[in-house]
Amino acid sequence: MLKVSIWRGVDEGEFIDYEVPMRANQTVLDIVTEVQRNQEPDLAYRFACRVGVCGSCAMTVNGRPRWTCRSHVNDVIDGDRLVLEPLRSHPRIRDLVVDLAPFFETWKGSGAVFKPSATRDDKPVKITADDPARKNADAGIECINCAVCYSACDVVSWDKNYLGPAALNRAWTLVNDAKHGERKETLNKALGDGGCGSCHSMGNCTRNCPVGLSPSAGIAGLKKFALRGLPKVEKP
Amino acid sequence: MANNRQSMRTHKSYFAFVGHRVSGLLLALFLPIHFLVLGLALEGADALNRFLAFSELPLVKAAEWGLVVLLAIHLLFGIRVLMLELTDWPNSADGRTAWIIPSVIAALLVGVIFLAQL
Ligand code: SF4
Ligand code: SF4
Ligand code: FES
Repeated sequence: MLKVSIWRGVDEGEFIDYEVPMRANQTVLDIVTEVQRNQEPDLAYRFACRVGVCGSCAMTVNGRPRWTCRSHVNDVIDGDRLVLEPLRSHPRIRDLVVDLAPFFETWKGSGAVFKPSATRDDKPVKITADDPARKNADAGIECINCAVCYSACDVVSWDKNYLGPAALNRAWTLVNDAKHGERKETLNKALGDGGCGSCHSMGNCTRNCPVGLSPSAGIAGLKKFALRGLPKVEKP
Repeated sequence: MANNRQSMRTHKSYFAFVGHRVSGLLLALFLPIHFLVLGLALEGADALNRFLAFSELPLVKAAEWGLVVLLAIHLLFGIRVLMLELTDWPNSADGRTAWIIPSVIAALLVGVIFLAQL
């Protein structure tokens, strides 16, 4: 049997222990689902795709933020114990569910909102795969907004103003994107209050991103652009 | 529950971050004392001599050694941060973490040289 402690409550609450049979190829999300189906029908948790695409199932698993759907129990278990908590640095809603709205707000703060530079009547910009700016953008583009990096970042937990790794990583992909109409504005926002300057390069984001992205590299890149100016891209 | 809380921080760049911070804070504490000593030297030989006698004490020597090592660590970790922020990364996964352990070794070597000079 697996011993699973799950946080019940909101800010006030307690860990409740459950026992769940061990099976082959169990994910942490399977465990939560099993507890909810068979033992605790009103347990609140969130998931959708179950295959690491939607980014909705992240929780703190034995102290580390993870996608529960892609975390095999065998890889993350501590003895026979699993401790499941909501992601940190977000307002809690109930049990394992947090409110991601403030996290999504940070994307606006970092200028990480795409503005087209052309209309549907214009010819598309020609971008080659070996263009250096394109390569920069490609390195960070696969983010699925799961907030794992945000939750892992200690600066986010200390500094309410800090926009955090995900929003800045997105800003990084946009300042490198020839199709983005406001590259300069995005760079200015990413460098502004609560932006790149607050990052201490501790790399918790990169260490914990389940996609293997490196927000730290993007943030360092934005700082570089602050000194060197934006890279040249194809004109639309 | 504090169970396993540390695990998301057990990696080299976090270690470098803490090392850089703590060494910086300790240096900030030390530097005023350092300037005070320089001030005493300007004020007169007597006060300075008394202080120099104090600085011959073994505990003070050990502290000085620690500070030299801290200074070297702070400098080397600082160079890494400058490299991260001013130069292109070889690839986005490479936060020059390979520099961290050699930086610590180099700082300890500086400490050995300092001891040899005593
Ligand atoms: S960068 Fe990685 S950890 Fe952060 S939100 Fe995107 S996918 Fe999740
Ligand atoms: S590198 Fe920056 S954004 Fe990433 S965890 Fe560290 S402080 Fe946060
Ligand atoms: S449920 Fe979609 S990423 Fe885990």
